[in-house]
Amino acid sequence: MAEVTLKDVRKVYPGNVEAVKGISIEIPDGKLCVLVGPSGCGKSTLIRMIAGLESITSGTVSIGPKVVNQVEPADRDIAMVFQSYALYPHMSVYDNMAYGLKNRGTPKAEIDARVKEAARILAIESFLDRKPRQLSGGQRQRVAMGRAIVRKPQVFLFDEPLSNLDAKLRGQMRIEIKKLQQTLGVTSVYVTHDQVEAMTLADVLVVMNEGRAEQIDTPIAVYERPASTFVAGFIGSPAMNLMKAKSTGEAGLDLAGGGSVKLREMSTPEAGRDILLGVRPEHMSPAPETDADLLLDVSVIETLGADTLAHGHVAGGKPGGGELVVRLPGSTRVNVGDRLPLSIQPGMAHLFDASSGRRI
Amino acid sequence: MSPRVTFPNKVLPYLLLAPQLAITLVFFYWPASQALYQSMLREDPFGLSTKFVWFQNFAKVLRDPNYLNSLNVTLIFAVATAVISMGVALVLAVMADRVVRGRGVYRTLLIWPYAVAPAIAGMLWLFMFNPTMGSFAYILRATGYNWDPLLNGNQAMVLLVSAAAWKQISYNFLFFVAGLQAIPKSLIEAAAIDGAGPTKRFWTIVFPLLAPTTFFLLVINTVYAFFDTFGIVHAVTGGGPGKATETLVYKVYSDGFVNLILGDSAAQSVILMVIVIALTAVQFRYVERRVHYG
Ligand SMILES: Nc1ncnc2c1ncn2[C@@H]1O[C@H](COP(=O)(O)OP(=O)(O)OP(=O)(O)O)[C@@H](O)[C@H]1O
Ligand SMILES: [Mg+2]
Repeated sequence: MAEVTLKDVRKVYPGNVEAVKGISIEIPDGKLCVLVGPSGCGKSTLIRMIAGLESITSGTVSIGPKVVNQVEPADRDIAMVFQSYALYPHMSVYDNMAYGLKNRGTPKAEIDARVKEAARILAIESFLDRKPRQLSGGQRQRVAMGRAIVRKPQVFLFDEPLSNLDAKLRGQMRIEIKKLQQTLGVTSVYVTHDQVEAMTLADVLVVMNEGRAEQIDTPIAVYERPASTFVAGFIGSPAMNLMKAKSTGEAGLDLAGGGSVKLREMSTPEAGRDILLGVRPEHMSPAPETDADLLLDVSVIETLGADTLAHGHVAGGKPGGGELVVRLPGSTRVNVGDRLPLSIQPGMAHLFDASSGRRI
Repeated sequence: MSPRVTFPNKVLPYLLLAPQLAITLVFFYWPASQALYQSMLREDPFGLSTKFVWFQNFAKVLRDPNYLNSLNVTLIFAVATAVISMGVALVLAVMADRVVRGRGVYRTLLIWPYAVAPAIAGMLWLFMFNPTMGSFAYILRATGYNWDPLLNGNQAMVLLVSAAAWKQISYNFLFFVAGLQAIPKSLIEAAAIDGAGPTKRFWTIVFPLLAPTTFFLLVINTVYAFFDTFGIVHAVTGGGPGKATETLVYKVYSDGFVNLILGDSAAQSVILMVIVIALTAVQFRYVERRVHYG
């Protein structure tokens, strides 16, 4: 078992495309690190550098105590699950799983035992003789997992392993991967652009944007204290409301869209400073009109059952400015056109610098 | 599955097929039937009268030691040509697949030989290895090797196979390159992580996945070696020395057009046709079973 350490890792592709711009991550032994971010932010590039499939322009990648920059993928003792699964189409499921062991000269009896054991864990015993093309997407996914676990590697790498599955199966597999990773206790890196996967799987969550790590923390810390407006907008669904505002010192904030907000249980920045006020939809609640921070003119209602999402804009504001979403309990009855008085839950407002987008 | 197109009109489908059918009839079935008919005729030595002799021409041809020799020569020639042209093409394609810079130029250059007509290709090789003036022949002799394809049958065969294979390499190369590109990169990467070195990856992953391409080329190259190499034989050796390089196709020509034994020649071309049909059928029946179409 081993920890994985990245130190200031950079990747410049030919043609001067800087895909990864200096990332340092420490993944403790046995923990699962999720890389999440929008398409093209360099997640695959980073995980491929850990795998050894892509050269490292500068910085170091270590597995355990050893720097592996110059080590061949085969000798890094890793296993990777690809988005496309990359199963060998001409080999049976059994041979797909046995291939890596055979190449390392594992005795036949042990190969057989390990393949059968992995097949049992993943419930694919009845497909061992089939070819990959005779399997459903979910079964192929399991075989790809099986191929990774039979090897008993030091590190698992997953590059969007679930993105070809339907929503229900994805939910199931997500839980299975989590269970598997915890029982095997293998250090893992997992790439996804699905924030639910990211939140539920991660021990260490890395939110990436344009080749940089915007925030590296536990999922709950990322949710509770997003380091920048990018992270605030990326993690959480629906996304955090961000409103332009000007600080009025002790009096609170004047919203650019109209209206003003008093901050409770937190300090207000110096007067005159331009800031962005962030409030998650679930952190606003209906209040008596006298206590309300905001009045919301409701324009669209989404009824989800457990919750109701009310979209609208701040009353008295300019049309188009100050669009907001609020998550209300499913039992709340609201109608389009209602004017809803809302208060921000104490301590649940986030303040960001208007120009840099960093948390204040 | 895409929905089937149905024609309410009963005649239209046949009309649409008619041009293709006409071409096949005129250019394939008609000449083939003519050859079949010819193969059962025998002319007297002066070409004055013709008589219908059923299968006597076939019996005569199949008993002729020259014909059996020619069959043997053709087999050696076809196997050698197919193996060499496909082998070399595969090696070149694998190397071209690794080239990163200037890949387009490299490929274009390798494709050129295919544009060279068989007879010209033959002439090129003939000149290069001509015992009296060929530069390569000169080099060979300078190294002390007794090079004379005009007298030595084996050397003539080597020259012939080289010329025939050389011309076919480009074609095979093109298909192998396309076949290699169709193999997902992630498979190779997965195999690399699974601990397979480049050689092992080639034999356990790449080569099996190229099987459909290889099989297709095997059929094409066999047919090529049997049928399309007349020009090369004619230009390089003319079937000689002796009858050391007289392939079946060449014998059809020399018996029919040079020696004017039309009946024998026609019988030979019918046999040739049957051989190629049989070979292709066998390849599809037995070799294709081992092919995975992914
Ligand atoms: N081989 C390459 N050559 C040049 N640029 C590349 C290459 N591979 C990726 N890039 C660029 O590097 C950047 C990061 O790509 P990468 O594949 O790592 O993104 P990603 O975060 O995995 O995106 P996705 O979620 O869509 O898979 C992109 O801008 C991409 O265009
Ligand atoms: Mg990617």
